[in-house]
Amino acid sequence: MNLFGKKNYFSIDNGERRGNDRKRARREPSIPDGMWIKCNTCKAIIYKKEVTEYKLCPNCDAHFRMSPSERIAVTCDEGSFEEFDAEMKPSNPMDYPEYEQVVLKAQKKSGILEGVVTGRCKIYGYDTVIAIMDSHFMMGSMGSVVGEKVTRAVEYATKNRLPIIIFTTSGGARMQEGIISLMQMAKVSEALGRHDEAGLLYVTVLTDPTTGGVTASFAMLGDIILSEPKALIGFAGQRVIKGTIHQELPEGFQRAEFQLEHGFVDRIVHREKMRKELGRILRLHSQKESEEMK
Amino acid sequence: MSDAMKSVAIARMIERPNTKQFIKAIFKEFMEFHGDRLFSDDGAIVGGIASLEGMPVTVIGIQKGHTLEENVACNFGSPNPEGYRKALRLMKQAEKFHRPVITFINTAGAFCGIGAEERGQGEAIARNLMEMSRLKTPIISIFIGEGGSGGALALAVGDSVWMLEHGMYSVLSPEGFASILWRDSSRTAEAAALMKMTAGDLLENEVIDRMFLEPAEGLENNLKATTDELKKALLETLPELMKMDIQTLLDKRYKRFRKFGEFTE
Repeated sequence: MNLFGKKNYFSIDNGERRGNDRKRARREPSIPDGMWIKCNTCKAIIYKKEVTEYKLCPNCDAHFRMSPSERIAVTCDEGSFEEFDAEMKPSNPMDYPEYEQVVLKAQKKSGILEGVVTGRCKIYGYDTVIAIMDSHFMMGSMGSVVGEKVTRAVEYATKNRLPIIIFTTSGGARMQEGIISLMQMAKVSEALGRHDEAGLLYVTVLTDPTTGGVTASFAMLGDIILSEPKALIGFAGQRVIKGTIHQELPEGFQRAEFQLEHGFVDRIVHREKMRKELGRILRLHSQKESEEMK
Repeated sequence: MSDAMKSVAIARMIERPNTKQFIKAIFKEFMEFHGDRLFSDDGAIVGGIASLEGMPVTVIGIQKGHTLEENVACNFGSPNPEGYRKALRLMKQAEKFHRPVITFINTAGAFCGIGAEERGQGEAIARNLMEMSRLKTPIISIFIGEGGSGGALALAVGDSVWMLEHGMYSVLSPEGFASILWRDSSRTAEAAALMKMTAGDLLENEVIDRMFLEPAEGLENNLKATTDELKKALLETLPELMKMDIQTLLDKRYKRFRKFGEFTE
């Protein structure tokens, strides 16, 4: 009996509903506790235990948003991940009122200190540097910490002659850090320029959503750019575009498939195949043979 | 009116001298080049070669108009991807012939439209950031009006970044900031002050290296006073940068942008 009309399931935001996107992602970090969840793509009510570690809708295969720890679990060789700069936290370069409280709240909700986790790991035995952004932390926005952690990871890769793989997801610049957040775009891009000069491999994996300053810097600079199916990828937000041109946007606009069609993505890869795909790319850029992949 | 809002208003004035006027006042024999060799020619970006007291230079800038007709031709100073790609082509050309690059920045931001997305606005800006950071020739970037976000940064990864007194540079417009963060676009003035987007603020946090005063009667009434100062500064700075060993130049440029960020660990 349901006397108060209370729903006995939770909704999962997979990015299909764009309007309240920011708000929703903050309110609903990954899959909440509860027996039933609702997929926002197909609207099916699904039994939570049917959702595997890949976080896919068992009904329509929508790729739900993942946290860095969930991503590491399905990407890296077990126990191989070593984190860099785990303690780095933002300060308040613009003296934005209540920024500290905003950050604390985001940390509490997401369970992580900032919008990216960086480190090194092995994938099918191949050493690589890896950075994974988290849309659950202030929409993966890039401020000083995201910029610094990614830059250090790139510099580490250059110094140690390692490839780097970056999983992107971001609403864009961290507005509360003002112009300093804009400067992070140049900072990360120049570090990638040196990694590139050194002849090293950079693979980007675009996940839903990747927009704004992250798209206009490191997301689009990969030697190889992979994307998860249906991920929203673009520079300008859809509301901004609609407001500029006063027209409806075409179906599928800025989705991974659109970016593939327009030549900005190399391959769309299903999440269950991503680890294998990355392993193959690493193998084909390495002299070393992997026993496991042969 | 706060200083910030005053500068925002002045930077956006339709009478504000535009890139072509600055080029005409500072350089001789400007020869404009067109097209990105990939898709088309973007009127929002003006570029070519010119002479600075006998020194060959590459000049690139974002163009705004003074009339509706002019503004339609240059898309109100909001470049499309082909504009950024034209700029990059001209920068690579400058590198080949070891000419310094001078960029003039004046934009509300990169254009937000369907075509811009289809042709990869994000990729075009990203590519410029990376390529400028390692371009083997000196780059000086001058903010002459509005400096709107990534669309401005895409021409501003320079060895030295200058700004006129009433220029501005920010991660988004004060209107956008107020409406996104506070859902209240009436708080624009408050946002402008908070965002530290004026030349004075930017000088303090080292986002720019130098500020140039504007005449009391207004830049539009006495452009020469300011362009003479800019020309003098270019003639002092460029020969020094041109003499510098390329690796030293690139290392200094790297450090210039590497230092930004505030955090604790």
